Amino acid sequence: MALDKQQLEEMYRRMCLIRYFEEAVIAIHSSGELIGPAHPYIGQEAVAVGACAALRDDDRIAGSHRSHGHPIAKGGDVKRAMAEILGKVDGFCKGKGGSMHLADFSIGILGESGIVASSVPIATGAALASKLSKKDFVALVFFGDGASNQGACHESMNMAALWDLPVIFLCENNGYAITTSYKNSVSVDHVSDRASAYGMPGVLVDGQDAIAVWEATDEAVRRARAGEGPTLIEAMTYRFEEHSLGLDRIIKSEYRSSEEVEEAMKRDPLVIHRATMISHGFSTEAECDEIESTVKTEIDEAVEFARNSPYPEPGDLYDDMWATPV
Amino acid sequence: MPVKTYIQAIQEATIEEMQRDPTVFMMGEDLRKSVYGATAGLVEQFGEDRIIDTPLSENGFFGAALGASLCGMRPIVETVTSFLWVGMDQLISQAAKMRYMFGGQAELPVTFRIRMFYARGAAAHHSDRNYPVFMNTPGLKIICPTNAYDAKGLLKTAIRDNDVCMFFEDGIAISSRTEVPDNEDLPGGELLVPFGVANTVRAGSDVTVVGIAGGVQHALDAAKTLETEGISLEVIDPRTLVPLDMETILKSVERTGRLVVVDPAHKVCSAASEIAATVAQEGFWSLQAPIQVVASEQVNVPYSPALEPLIYPTPEKVVAAVRVVLD
Repeated sequence: MALDKQQLEEMYRRMCLIRYFEEAVIAIHSSGELIGPAHPYIGQEAVAVGACAALRDDDRIAGSHRSHGHPIAKGGDVKRAMAEILGKVDGFCKGKGGSMHLADFSIGILGESGIVASSVPIATGAALASKLSKKDFVALVFFGDGASNQGACHESMNMAALWDLPVIFLCENNGYAITTSYKNSVSVDHVSDRASAYGMPGVLVDGQDAIAVWEATDEAVRRARAGEGPTLIEAMTYRFEEHSLGLDRIIKSEYRSSEEVEEAMKRDPLVIHRATMISHGFSTEAECDEIESTVKTEIDEAVEFARNSPYPEPGDLYDDMWATPV
Repeated sequence: MPVKTYIQAIQEATIEEMQRDPTVFMMGEDLRKSVYGATAGLVEQFGEDRIIDTPLSENGFFGAALGASLCGMRPIVETVTSFLWVGMDQLISQAAKMRYMFGGQAELPVTFRIRMFYARGAAAHHSDRNYPVFMNTPGLKIICPTNAYDAKGLLKTAIRDNDVCMFFEDGIAISSRTEVPDNEDLPGGELLVPFGVANTVRAGSDVTVVGIAGGVQHALDAAKTLETEGISLEVIDPRTLVPLDMETILKSVERTGRLVVVDPAHKVCSAASEIAATVAQEGFWSLQAPIQVVASEQVNVPYSPALEPLIYPTPEKVVAAVRVVLD
């Protein structure tokens, strides 16, 4: 299967949505409206969008603390995502989860997680449910190079391979666990090298190229649906911003050189995807510009919506604790 | 009425719920060979897809149970108190928090069946009585059945409940036998015990004794001893710690004016301290003597048979505490 014009443009639209959404979050942080921490996804957009382009609506995803890109890539409503980040009642989680816990179960977004790697067993369990209930949805979990060192990852990969579960482990290797570099924390050249230890395929892919990520994920999804088991994909990427907003005011010494950052930013995933669409004759410059401007308006509206949404009432405090009331 | 063991009761509840609902399945270590006794024959009856032996990966399979529950399954996880520590990230950061954190979107119908061994010379790594830790974490339901009747009825309720239930199987209670009615003799055709309803195991008038888990048996033994002296204990078994039926306890204290709480957990921040604190706060004017707590000593569990028995509540300690509140 190959991607058509409509799919490529939709991927571009979602990458733009993430980029402008994050720029809006940064502006909100600067203006003092942001309540808690936020971890910008800028620079990594091709990973989430490429991966989710290979998924169906009923496929499940779970994610990490760098948490805005995944749900938007899966089709999550940016209005409700922004309202959640501002702690408002119209947010995905009625203001109870915030930036790191965006979730929309209605479209298979089982939630981001503030504890690194803790979503990996959750996605593995979702895949177990698919297998046990003889359905054919798959689960895909996004985690970072830092998370790859957590026991939760190893335990999950072993179980998933042992039981041939329809799960895709998608490692976004952005080179740093906050300030600790990949080479100072991972014992092998690539996280994907570890796949052979569990008896599953390990695929290394250019995470700045949405189409490459889509291709790798599409094959992993095919395997998963066919009952052939899990795949570990490692997408090489880079975060263009600081680990979290405001952290640059705390971290005193440089852990990645400005030359390294500048070099990485030359491989902007939006620029790469746009150039591919145009050079292969799928879309024109004007069509790409049109997507960008439409998305800009959509994000402006999302910010407006979030600002106008009310905060939860004090009486909402104890709501949502129990599914079976006590 | 037939008399059954606690383990038989658990097995019956499991089989009935697995027959009733195809989404119920079990995962845990050594289930198929029934190392902990309550899963014998289940793999032959239900097949390997529904009785899953897991690798030794508590954090991994606790989380997998949660993930499966988010997608329509009802896992029963079998484990042991001391292994809960290995999977704490999933229990605390996911099981307890997911539903609230996601604004009520998540339903997590998972039952953790947790064997609670102690007083068996297993030393500090296999003698944990750690339910109070989970009482301190909002979002988990805590069940402590103390006899076969409650074990069956509460387990069936837990499996049908749509929240994470932690079902602690006390090592003292496990050796007990209780009358458990057959389904055909029950009005609704099945035994379901609701959460949050305490059981007044023995009515009495002089002192209220609340027993937690194995503490109930010590309270009953103490009651028998003191009966010969004309002292009447009212023994209450809360059965579930979350939700906790404080109303029954407060009403009893209103009549007796005296409270002893017996709890096999370590005494600092125990279930007993919570109950004592609530009675002190809400039932103070009923009290005629200071509340006494009989809980495990605040020290790790030693191995030697010369030391281990010193740790836990005993009927003798309960008798002594009753004498203090009657003094």
